[in-house]
Amino acid sequence: MLAKRIIPCLDVTDGRVVKGINFLELRDAGDPVEIARRYDEQGADELTFLDITASSDNRGLILHIIEQVASQVFIPLTVGGGVREVEDVRRLLNAGADKVSINTTAVLNPQVVADAASRFGSQCIVVAIDAKKVDNQPHEWEVFTHGGRKATGLDAVKWAEYMASLGAGELLVTSMDRDGTKIGFNNPLNRAISDAVEVPIIASGGVGNLQHLVDGIKLGGADAVLAASIFHYGEYTVQQAKAYMQQHGIEVR
Amino acid sequence: MNKIDIAVIDYGMGNLRSVAKALEHVAPDKSVVVTSDPAEVAQAERIVFPGQGAMPDCMRELDARGLRETVLDAAKKKPFLGICIGLQMLFDESEEGNAKGLGFLEGSVKRFPSEMKDSHGDKLKVPHMGWNQVYQQDSSHPMWQGIADGERFYYVHSYYVQADDGAISSGYSDYPQRFTSAIATKNVFAVQFHPEKSAAAGLQLLRNFVNWTPTL
Repeated sequence: MLAKRIIPCLDVTDGRVVKGINFLELRDAGDPVEIARRYDEQGADELTFLDITASSDNRGLILHIIEQVASQVFIPLTVGGGVREVEDVRRLLNAGADKVSINTTAVLNPQVVADAASRFGSQCIVVAIDAKKVDNQPHEWEVFTHGGRKATGLDAVKWAEYMASLGAGELLVTSMDRDGTKIGFNNPLNRAISDAVEVPIIASGGVGNLQHLVDGIKLGGADAVLAASIFHYGEYTVQQAKAYMQQHGIEVR
Repeated sequence: MNKIDIAVIDYGMGNLRSVAKALEHVAPDKSVVVTSDPAEVAQAERIVFPGQGAMPDCMRELDARGLRETVLDAAKKKPFLGICIGLQMLFDESEEGNAKGLGFLEGSVKRFPSEMKDSHGDKLKVPHMGWNQVYQQDSSHPMWQGIADGERFYYVHSYYVQADDGAISSGYSDYPQRFTSAIATKNVFAVQFHPEKSAAAGLQLLRNFVNWTPTL
């Protein structure tokens, strides 16, 4: 049967991997190809690169990284961050990305999602949804943009359905309440979205231990789990995560 | 014109860089060309026919570039590897947009049904995306050499092929019902999964293709 996926996420700024810096092992610092290869060797099912470059001058640097990684690592690569138009999607795919993740632009201009999906196929269009729990609203979770700073008024579950209907082939759901907390994924949010759409969802935000990965799949109904810090800082390897998931009855590669 | 060992057919749909890079990785001494030029395809020793996106668009773009006959000709006589939509397009027709395929193989392309469940009662998503086991039906085929039966390969698709002649099925996967994930006939081998994205097992399959001498 189909395996549940583990996806390490690498944050890239100005052409360097920043979360990949392990202060105990500086030899890995900033070398995206080496980090990508290490995760590949550990059995990562895919890799996600998130370009958090602030200045548009340096945004092209991600293309170099993707080109280098794609020449040496033969697993699916997703790239997100700063995608504003269909042309950005094309550039990233040409550099060697297999999927492109669209976040703020999807809210500002949903047509970009529809156009990119119809031009390149749904299989390579991921919509990233940053959601936060809200009070005094008809909905429980709301879509936020600009790294969680701007509220949109959109119901995250309805938004997920809309994005899938426009052609998103996969949804990356990040709980802004959980991101960085290490207390686990927001499983009710993920479950609500997973039940509402037919496309796969990736759970993101909040992983602190391996049980959280299991819960993300069993309770949250996620098809894949994304994590950054538990892998980057050497707390766990991808193998350890897979062994743990397998012990708990989850199909892994 | 320089000798072309492997032509990756480019009909303008999606990213062919991964396929070309993976071939270059397993065959550093071979010339790999990504091309939409029928003359280059005709001249190449081996053909890779990839595909992404929707089949109606793929067929339209293939025809727009005048590649239909070139592809059919290659499929009749050269080592030929179809990947994903490149497998589906070899068949008569697809439920996707009711597209007509190349009709090289008899059979059709079906969509996974909605509301599928696994054995635990959990919903199975479409597209079928991720790593699934591939069971070999003809493990003596040169394309499966060095690859374990049941090895996992990376998939992303919503449609699967159903060949009229079950004997051409060379591998299958379960989601949750069994579907054909590889076909083999003479000089043609075609797979639903993406060997170029399937880590070591995928590279081994591509290596097998580079070294394959089919018996016609």
